[in-house]
Amino acid sequence: MARLNVNPTRMELKKLKGRLDTAVRGHKLLKDKSDEMIRRFSVMIKRNKALRDEVEKELALTLKDFSVARSVTSPYSAEAAFAMPSVQVKADCAVQSVMGVAVPKISVSTDRRSEELPYAYPEITSEADYSVERAAALIPKLLQLAEVEKSVRMLADEIERNKRRVNALEYVMIPQLRETIKYIKSKLDENERSAVIRLMKVKSKA
Amino acid sequence: MEGKIAIVGGGDSITVFKAAGVAAFAAENAETARELIRRIAKDYKIIFVTEEIYAPLAAFLKRFDEQPYPVILSVPVNEGSDYGKQLLKSAMERALGVDILFNT
Repeated sequence: MARLNVNPTRMELKKLKGRLDTAVRGHKLLKDKSDEMIRRFSVMIKRNKALRDEVEKELALTLKDFSVARSVTSPYSAEAAFAMPSVQVKADCAVQSVMGVAVPKISVSTDRRSEELPYAYPEITSEADYSVERAAALIPKLLQLAEVEKSVRMLADEIERNKRRVNALEYVMIPQLRETIKYIKSKLDENERSAVIRLMKVKSKA
Repeated sequence: MEGKIAIVGGGDSITVFKAAGVAAFAAENAETARELIRRIAKDYKIIFVTEEIYAPLAAFLKRFDEQPYPVILSVPVNEGSDYGKQLLKSAMERALGVDILFNT
């Protein structure tokens, strides 16, 4: 490991010791952070998988219903029936912090969902009712999935970044500092010894 | 803070969400979808993107992961593919280095 390019003086030694101290402390902290993030991540990703499986299954059912509805009505009237939505779902979007990472927190304001369908009953078959109802019921879950999946992705990025930091400290910074400190110490000792020897020689000549 | 929800996708399947109160935007291919998403990303907090559109744009959509919003989620529309699982898997492998869910 290459040592840093510094002058072997007491000043530098003191400075480097301070830096080494900080680096070691920072490394420990980051390592702890990494461990905790990984723990949370594994909990979250399990939840994510369960949710995704659930959502994908229900979505498939919903779309199946819907395609039945479409097939029994003419494309034009189906288009017309769905063109004007009667409700608009909105989500409460907040931000929460997971281990210092700002992740989205979404909650649905379900109370605003009216029971009315966006079309008149004669226009279209009852399958459409079911599929729309299903889709509306699915939205809170989709939002939940969106929140969890985004959090998982953001946390994964952060874990990766954190790992780099830990590794940089552990395998580059700290060895470099240690090596340089050792080098300065040996240089200083060497100087001291040579000074002593010089004194002895001078004394013996006198 | 209230956010609007949108869905971007090709085909008819997005219509059902329109009826359920989600703004639906049709996009035939990945290129038009890219422009569309770029345009609506400011207005909509949550954007569902169908898988066949999401997959070719994955690199572009990655940049939205830097900030909490907008949230972009891939949803399957046709017969369940395992693209969503692949996304999960790649995130997991990047973060943990091992597969703890799909041990197959």
